[in-house]
Amino acid sequence: MTITQWLFAFSILLLVLLSLFLIAAFMVYAERRVLALLQDRLGPNRAGPFGLLQPVADLLKLITKEHFTPPFADRSIYTIAPIIVPFTALLSFAVVPVDDGWWLADINIALLFVLALSSLRVYGIMLGGWASNSKYPLFGGLRSAAQMISYELPMGLALMGVVMLSGSFSLVDIVAAQSLPFIFLQPIGFFIFLVCGIAETNRLPFDLPEAENELAAGYNTEYGGIQFALFFLGEYIGVLLIAALATVLFLGGWHGPWLPGVCWFAIKMLILILLFFWLRTSMPRLRYDQLMSFGWKLLLPAALINLMITAVIGLFWIKG
Amino acid sequence: MADTDAKLMNQLTTRFDAVIDRLPCDSISTVSVAPEQIADTLKFLKYTATPRYEMLFDLSAIDDTERNSKLTVFYQLLSLSGNTDLRIKVHVPSNAPVLPSICSVWQCANWYERELYDMFGIYISDHPNLQRILMPEYWEGHPLRKEHPSRATEMAPYSLPEERYRTIMESYRAEDYHEPGSAENEITLNIGPTHPGTHGLLRLVVRLEGETIRSVRPEIGFHHRGAEKMAERQTYHSYIPYTDRIDYLSGVQNELPYVLAVEQLAGIEVPERAQVMRVMLCELFRISSHLVWLASYSHDLGALAPPFYTFRDREYLFDVMEMITGGRMHPAFFRIGGVALDLPEGWNPALRAFLKRMPDAVDEYQALLTGNTIMRRRSRGIGIMSAQNAIDWGISGPNLRASGVDWDLRKRRPYSGYEHYDFDVPTATEGDSLARAELRLEEIRQSLRIVEQAMANMPEGPVLSDQARYAFARKAATLQDIETLIHHFITVGHGMTFPAGESLFITEAPKGMNGYYVVSNGTEHPHRLRIRTPSFPHMQALALLATGHFLADLFAILGSIDYILADIDR
Repeated sequence: MTITQWLFAFSILLLVLLSLFLIAAFMVYAERRVLALLQDRLGPNRAGPFGLLQPVADLLKLITKEHFTPPFADRSIYTIAPIIVPFTALLSFAVVPVDDGWWLADINIALLFVLALSSLRVYGIMLGGWASNSKYPLFGGLRSAAQMISYELPMGLALMGVVMLSGSFSLVDIVAAQSLPFIFLQPIGFFIFLVCGIAETNRLPFDLPEAENELAAGYNTEYGGIQFALFFLGEYIGVLLIAALATVLFLGGWHGPWLPGVCWFAIKMLILILLFFWLRTSMPRLRYDQLMSFGWKLLLPAALINLMITAVIGLFWIKG
Repeated sequence: MADTDAKLMNQLTTRFDAVIDRLPCDSISTVSVAPEQIADTLKFLKYTATPRYEMLFDLSAIDDTERNSKLTVFYQLLSLSGNTDLRIKVHVPSNAPVLPSICSVWQCANWYERELYDMFGIYISDHPNLQRILMPEYWEGHPLRKEHPSRATEMAPYSLPEERYRTIMESYRAEDYHEPGSAENEITLNIGPTHPGTHGLLRLVVRLEGETIRSVRPEIGFHHRGAEKMAERQTYHSYIPYTDRIDYLSGVQNELPYVLAVEQLAGIEVPERAQVMRVMLCELFRISSHLVWLASYSHDLGALAPPFYTFRDREYLFDVMEMITGGRMHPAFFRIGGVALDLPEGWNPALRAFLKRMPDAVDEYQALLTGNTIMRRRSRGIGIMSAQNAIDWGISGPNLRASGVDWDLRKRRPYSGYEHYDFDVPTATEGDSLARAELRLEEIRQSLRIVEQAMANMPEGPVLSDQARYAFARKAATLQDIETLIHHFITVGHGMTFPAGESLFITEAPKGMNGYYVVSNGTEHPHRLRIRTPSFPHMQALALLATGHFLADLFAILGSIDYILADIDR
């Protein structure tokens, strides 16, 4: 490649990165306003018009805080852990197609790539909890590890239904295969994927690793300033990623009448993100053992049965 | 009743050499026994006497050093089956007070005896864990002794040398607690004193195996303000605002037992209108207290929205409260002999508007809280308290009723005219967190009924007793004649004297039985004011409820027992 090509690729990457950061930051703002709306209050409305500059103010506050590493923490891992979380989520976006031809990479194992990165994500939280060398983060980290492993399995299985229908691991091919969105063919798969997605991103009712009433702040108890912001960013980019994946895999991606594809993509994502917000305000937290039994005893068998039914129907459909 | 009482007195005098004291103002039979007889006497009263005195309601002391160089320890017993009280007194010398422990009779005596040791310096022999409970470990002196300074200005300036500070802080290291029976794979988790789940300054030292609780030890005293000591400096009237801040969520519900106890002491008749106003305001504060409980309980379980809804409703209630009393959380509205002010113009429509919105709101909370599957799963079968245990541990209020004991003082011993109201006392049999939660929701509905009846039947007439001996001079009259003005100066500036005597009054506060025990020696200040709060025994029973459950359940249990740290520490 020539220098110009390199520069072009680099600037595109930077653009995607910045826009993701920006979207995540404003998602925090949007969430606070939506939660406030649902809870009969105003939410942040002081910084700038309608409080729109709130994320900027928050970011400035977090950046200017003193960078502090607890003396009892494992220094190197403590520093690396918060970087892993947003890093893996951001990297996954490389394979997400936003519109026809709008993607950074179309690799033939994109779905596996995404799942692998999502598995790596748990290391950020677990190591963060572990390296803090303090009890509350340790509990948060342990819970997180157990939770993510148990919910990854049904998530992967639920996605196999989609793979069977489209016959490809490439996200671009999957979108292309959806003349009829897969949510209609795979409703159980969609439900399982969404539930697991919420669990993967540690949000209510599955926010056990944080569980502020029990564990103070869970895995990030000992983190402050910009490192805390990284965890926070990671969570919101994670939500964004789950919404994007659900759109791509089940809701037909950019497909839709009249409007340009990217608009459809955004609308579908927005609806899912609002669902995430709504769940957060209306659901209490599950207990550890209930979370586990829900994952292993309900979601996993449901995902397996869903897979089998898809396979059997697919077999006859293709033969017939 | 009189027969059985006389028979019991007879038994006590013959078997335990008890001396019958002169009947105090509250007409509760009082006997004195020797320290070495106390455990046997209580065992007899708990297991074999008729009626049986099942509950140790209160245990504290009075410093009578000036009178007879003795400390008077009183054991306040409550018979649920016979609906009567009994007070056993033990006199121990002030200079070397020793008392045998009664933890073998009532386990809940544990904390009360620690309080005795902490506040009066009474050494309890064979106590399982005799440590200070409210004051810090390094405190010098015993605050409720008369010789202990009652304010900081009477003490030498406070200093905390670096070395001493270190030793104190060292004692807070959770790792240092090696409790007997702790296994290799257990860790000690220190929760609090500041933690999002404890609703105030409470420290829990929890031993965990995985996430399972093996033992939990609550440490209290971080909210201790010496309310009982303060009373000994205040006049009877000027103490009223302090009572508001004991259980700071239920405002006038704290004033009520205090003013009733003083009224009982002096034999003051309260005008009917004042009584109805008192009941109305008390029930409104019961609603307010339960709303905050609902908020914190659902927040403990991780639900974010209900707190905002209930606080919004409480705000509407506070607007009405402000209109009637001038205050919101702590109105200091009740007076000895009535209430401070008559109802203002327009109170009726304002309160009516609040009552109109509440039933739907409560239904909504029910749907959000006990109607939610996750909530039900989180709270069902958690923290089960059996009826036997509840009575044994001195549990009262909704927590007791959730265990299947139908015991509500508003029904059992109607005060302030509660017998004229038509309301139900909800009970449940499960005794778990869910039962306690559902019961409180139902109590809100019943309180609404009482408020409605009080509104409909508000009698006309004065709101403050004008019984000459115990009435403040009316302001208008003081401007007319000099005698009244002098009377006003004396009673307000110097304080009003109340007859010597003892008077205990127990009311049904939102959190349980709230008792104020006023001991007067005929001066302007109470000689001793004992505040028996419901939260104190409730917190003590936490270990009983939480052991064996998961860490997350600890907060579901803590939330469901509805305690206030200020109510525990006083």
